[in-house]
Amino acid sequence: MTTLSDIPVTVEAGTGNVQPLLHEIRHALGRLAHGDDGTVIDLRGLPLAPGEEAKIEEALGDGEVHAELSALGTTTIRETGYSGVWIVTHRNTEDEVVARFIEVTRIPQILNAQTEDIQRALRGLEERLNEHGVNGEPRAIDQPDSRGEHETRGKQ
Amino acid sequence: MRKNQTLGDYLYSEGVSRRGFLKFCSATASLMALPPSAVGRVAEALAAARRPSVIWLSFQECTGCTESLTRSHAPTVESLIFDAISLDYHHTLQVAAGEAAEEAREAAMEENRGEYLLVVDGSIPLGNPGYSTIAGISNVDMLKESAKNAAAVIAVGTCAAFGGIPHANPNPTGAVSVSEIITDKPIINVSGCPPIPVVITGVLAHFLTFGSIPELDHLGRPVAFFGQSIHDRCYRRPFYERGQFARTFDDEGARKGWCLYELGCKGPTTYNACATVKWNESTSFPIGAGHGCLGCSEPNFWDKGSFYTPIAEGLWGSREALIGAAAAGAAIGIGAAMATRARRKKVQAAGEVNSS
Repeated sequence: MTTLSDIPVTVEAGTGNVQPLLHEIRHALGRLAHGDDGTVIDLRGLPLAPGEEAKIEEALGDGEVHAELSALGTTTIRETGYSGVWIVTHRNTEDEVVARFIEVTRIPQILNAQTEDIQRALRGLEERLNEHGVNGEPRAIDQPDSRGEHETRGKQ
Repeated sequence: MRKNQTLGDYLYSEGVSRRGFLKFCSATASLMALPPSAVGRVAEALAAARRPSVIWLSFQECTGCTESLTRSHAPTVESLIFDAISLDYHHTLQVAAGEAAEEAREAAMEENRGEYLLVVDGSIPLGNPGYSTIAGISNVDMLKESAKNAAAVIAVGTCAAFGGIPHANPNPTGAVSVSEIITDKPIINVSGCPPIPVVITGVLAHFLTFGSIPELDHLGRPVAFFGQSIHDRCYRRPFYERGQFARTFDDEGARKGWCLYELGCKGPTTYNACATVKWNESTSFPIGAGHGCLGCSEPNFWDKGSFYTPIAEGLWGSREALIGAAAAGAAIGIGAAMATRARRKKVQAAGEVNSS
């Protein structure tokens, strides 16, 4: 049976947007190095030919940090081979990509614990201690009521 | 989501963390073609947004627009946005039928007077009210009645925005667009046959976020999605610049993915977001699949000649005729004048068709 990959269609050149994008990242990294704010580039807003997004990823390489966030589907936050340049991919619960960004920053904002979540966590922990405490002494907490937000691991 | 609950409270009650909410806002901002720097503003506004009532009317249409919107796999950003609106009337999707359905529409209009959003797909026949009715009410009467106290009207699809296929020559039902009937309300035209689902939800998200309508182009379409032509954003554009064209659907150029202009692609005169947003979860779009753009988001796209004739030929007569005139040397002036007259007639004829 003929499959899609058997059809001899080849795209011999792309949009030419890969190099300019890498230059944009270089400028953003330059600003970050001088203490300026970070930059976020929405990959959905750029016309890219098939395979060009992969070329960008290839050019940026792989870095030290891989993080995964589980909230309304999985989000992967990956530092590229260039420190301070991150690729953030948001997926829904069906594992479809809903947004993709290149972030040039010290740490993508979404990785920080958020004020609202910290407040909620504090309330949750206090309630738990009040429920389980005996003579004012807290019992050992089984497991924090984590929603499994993210796990971060270093990569050698 | 309860009626007076804010979207922020709703997501919180569903166990969505702030991180999850920020993710939702990032995807929504991207969906609305807003710069990533706007995420904070979107988050603030969306958290406080209350559930608006939406009444969706379907007139002379094929249900393709509703199909486009509801075929996205749940739960996506689109479906979350749909959770955040109260779809009070949609005769294809709602459970209620007959009088109960019409009562729901009337109740929603009364309870949300001046605040509800009216979404319309399909054109409105003026030739004879009997061509298309719902519950015995003609389309034009239902549109006027429902638009009267709406905050804004969203014309979804090329039929509602510009008349679309029902309006095509010879327009047997006297079909017209929403804007030809409603003149005293803000109207957002989300054209396309069908429109890209995220463009529909992007407009809803904009209204939900900012409580206002987005910036529109001269045809009433949101600039964020319709501001640039397919050609401007096409990944095959570099081939056009280099003069590399596919001449048939199976020649070397087609196999190498060259520009489809010569095969009738309407990308240069079509404004839409297909080239960047794409279709089927951003998998591809017609040009990506090797077929030219049909120009479906433009007015009268059905009456602009063959889908397989290059745009320039459609306007200037056949290429052979122009080449023939050029080869005649001394006759160039006459040839050009003839072509110009022929073109003027053609444009005139198109105008007559358009205004019919």
